[in-house]
Amino acid sequence: MRPFESVVAEHGATVLRVCRAVAGPDHADDAWSETFLAALRAYPDLPDGANVQAWLVTIARRKAIDTHRSRGRTVPIDPLPEQPSPHGRPGGWERDLWEAIALLPPKQQAAVVHHHIAGLPHAEVAAVLGGSPAAARRAAADGIAALRRRYLEATP
Amino acid sequence: MSNPASFSLTEALSSPDDVSHLHDLHARLAGAAEAEGRLDVAYRTVSSAVGELLLAATPAGVVRVAFAQEGFDAVLADLAARLSPRVLAAPARLDAAARQLEEYFAGSRRRFDVPIDLALASGFRRQVLLALPTIEFGHTASYTQVARTVGSERAVRAVGTACATNPVPVLVPCHRVLRSDGTLGGYRGGLDAKRVLLGLEGVTGARPPTSGPARRR
Repeated sequence: MRPFESVVAEHGATVLRVCRAVAGPDHADDAWSETFLAALRAYPDLPDGANVQAWLVTIARRKAIDTHRSRGRTVPIDPLPEQPSPHGRPGGWERDLWEAIALLPPKQQAAVVHHHIAGLPHAEVAAVLGGSPAAARRAAADGIAALRRRYLEATP
Repeated sequence: MSNPASFSLTEALSSPDDVSHLHDLHARLAGAAEAEGRLDVAYRTVSSAVGELLLAATPAGVVRVAFAQEGFDAVLADLAARLSPRVLAAPARLDAAARQLEEYFAGSRRRFDVPIDLALASGFRRQVLLALPTIEFGHTASYTQVARTVGSERAVRAVGTACATNPVPVLVPCHRVLRSDGTLGGYRGGLDAKRVLLGLEGVTGARPPTSGPARRR
């Protein structure tokens, strides 16, 4: 079994993107920490040959949902006050994208997160979420189409 | 962004300072893992007169000191296999060991005072390692003398093996063990490293296999 350090090094950035997409800008860091703490606890029992990335993304999505649920989900309706972004980008682009992702039906959201954000092939996504690879592909495609409409066309 | 064909979620969810941000998140993870008692092996590197050293510690103490030539990735993989896969880069646990090594290499420390975990050595090898700290800074002993100390005068080769496989070199001073004729014998970090350590301790007489008489101390 590889040292956990190399798991963090290899998948840390992917998990951060998943957490940003699902937990939003305010809770992404907490979700990331909770994901890797939970993974560290369970890691020695992970079966040989398990898909580590699929496993982590599944934990991350669950932790991200829990995190913004437990800390109060705030989808602001009014435009955000202007404030310096901690990520060096002006405005609330992260928030816009997160809101658009949050509005997706659960199946589409899961498929988009696993395929388009984590980069897992449709067959892996189907294995994690249940259903056929074709259904996973469809859900991801529908989800991305909905995101394009809501996020891109609303963002100049 | 106005062209939907260029829409990349990966890009939209990334940030130019993600490398340093992930570094901060990693440090926070290491702290939380330590607080939870799930940081089975913490490690860091330090630079020294014998090259970069990898230091690893369990909650019980320093369990491994490795030389660059051993390959740090291979050493970490070995620790994951033999101790626990819960291995994280987490310098805090090794602060004291790193500071004492710095002092040693700067010439201001003669003995180490950090907990050592000999989990990677067992049986006779462990007995040998336990006996080595009795050889003081700047002094040397022969493999035969060490064998006598641990009560197995004929186990000279086994003492050599124990030294060669010492999981915590420098801290447990196997570099102070030489052949009876004063030649260097072997060393996990290479003979150059052994020579540097002995030189640092003022032992100038450890002679190469073909040259003049040994002058100990």
